[in-house]
Amino acid sequence: MIKVQALTKKYARTVAVDQISFEVAKGQIVGFLGPNGAGKTTTMRMLTCFLPPSAGTATVAGFDVLEQPLEVKRRIGYLPETPPIYPEMETAEYLKFVGKLKGLSGTDLQKRVDYACDRCAVADVKKKLLGKLSKGYRQRVGLAQAIIHNPDVLILDEPTAGLDPKQINETRDLIKGLAGDHTIILSTHILPEVEQTCEQVIIINKGKLVATDSVRNLQARARGAESVLVEIAGRNGNLEAGIVQHKLEQVAGVSRVLSKGKDNGRAVFEVESQKGRFVRGDLARVVVECGWDLNELRPAAMSLEEIFLQLTGSEASAGTEQAVGKREQQ
Amino acid sequence: MRNAWIICRKELGSYFVSPVAYLLLTMFGVIFGFFFWNALGYFVIEGMQMQMRGQTFPMNVNEQIIRPLLSNVSVVGLFFIPMITMRLFAEEKRTGTIELLATSPVRDLEIILGKWTAAMVLYSCLLLFTALNFGFLFKYGNPDWKPLAVGYLGLLLQAGALLAIGTFISTLTRNQIIAGAATFGVCLLLWVLGWVSGYETATWARVLAYMSVITHFESFGRGVLDSKDAVFYLTVIFLGLFFTARSMESLRWRS
Repeated sequence: MIKVQALTKKYARTVAVDQISFEVAKGQIVGFLGPNGAGKTTTMRMLTCFLPPSAGTATVAGFDVLEQPLEVKRRIGYLPETPPIYPEMETAEYLKFVGKLKGLSGTDLQKRVDYACDRCAVADVKKKLLGKLSKGYRQRVGLAQAIIHNPDVLILDEPTAGLDPKQINETRDLIKGLAGDHTIILSTHILPEVEQTCEQVIIINKGKLVATDSVRNLQARARGAESVLVEIAGRNGNLEAGIVQHKLEQVAGVSRVLSKGKDNGRAVFEVESQKGRFVRGDLARVVVECGWDLNELRPAAMSLEEIFLQLTGSEASAGTEQAVGKREQQ
Repeated sequence: MRNAWIICRKELGSYFVSPVAYLLLTMFGVIFGFFFWNALGYFVIEGMQMQMRGQTFPMNVNEQIIRPLLSNVSVVGLFFIPMITMRLFAEEKRTGTIELLATSPVRDLEIILGKWTAAMVLYSCLLLFTALNFGFLFKYGNPDWKPLAVGYLGLLLQAGALLAIGTFISTLTRNQIIAGAATFGVCLLLWVLGWVSGYETATWARVLAYMSVITHFESFGRGVLDSKDAVFYLTVIFLGLFFTARSMESLRWRS
């Protein structure tokens, strides 16, 4: 549905987006992830024909953003970072205006306005001035505006920014509900949001593409080899860390044991298992059989947050490829 | 052009939902009413004096009331035009709604024409006030309607030219005050440029004087439809809208 190749946007002195390529299949929800200033908004603006790319191509539903912008615009619903509303208009009036702009008319227009209002839960403020609505309502009106012409592609720039937790949940559910009929790209820097709503993630940092994969793969890539933190204590306050480490290493399926520190009779290890092996039970048994106390045993699996930090963190940015590669080897 | 009409309707809505339109209409109505009252006062006094002196110069409503009033309107218009155009694009840029327009399947030209037309409609509403006053002249006097019609055409053309310039200036900034002040400055300058012809006859002075929007109104005010002046106004309208289009384009490339 969306195809982006070597897309680049240069401003006078900076390169905002640098040779990004990705593809989005029909009906997918894709999370566009990156720290502030990574180039998310710029990329989205290029996809919506608001900004022309400096180099590279982007096509939406087969239409090039530079060659056939009107065709692209007809197929796109866009919610910018701040909902583009006119404060002096009423909700229904505004949605009608946008609908007309997008080419709807007559009973079709009325039907779509009603539909969008119901779908985005703004039907109760149809007759209210947009300027008087709360932030949450404005955001939903912005969303209603984006779906009014039933576009193939929805591009949402930080749709949950500035909402309270309840509204964030509602908005997420709304976006999930829209997924079947529309292909959705949403940008965010809130990670749980991606984990909960998206099937696919595109991570960019400083204008460069860092990773693009499905959420599950990305997590698996980081977790692939399970790693567990174990804290062990000796009975009488003395514990031979070397022996413990040796014992842990002998558990079937363990690939590596790292000492994470010890003090008077306690020791912490990070135990990494081979891919696909589940070793927590065996670890616990060994510890107990040897007469030690098992104080703690918890998975040290990486959340998307850690992956994200790892991929976009400043100190890691130089070696992101290696970081990912290393994890895969393990 | 359906899209231009949609945008025009929306702009008119913004003018008439907010106090902007009513404020402008009231101010203009009061100011023009005062001019009209004055002109009529002079006319009546003059008529009485002539009668007392026994002179029988013909009195002419067209020449003595309508013509000076029309040129008054053309100058007063200069002050109102910035207030009409300053928000057209500056406000959309400020609130970010320009992103909605620019990502809708609408051509830039349609956006520009829609906004400019809305400004024209609002200005025409101002002119309606003058028509109200002139109506009295037709009720109690016997003026010729043709020079008046030509005068209105001139006012509309002049306003069109200045509104196009104002629209262009509004695309340059996201600050309405700056857009308004700059447009006002340009309008004033285009008025006073004509004054150089009073003491200087060199080519540069004639060029400057030619650029004055007010001098081109003189023949319209007299009721003479001079194609040279009409072409001047149409050219300025075209140029103003053309530059607006280029400015919108550069907005995207620079952003």
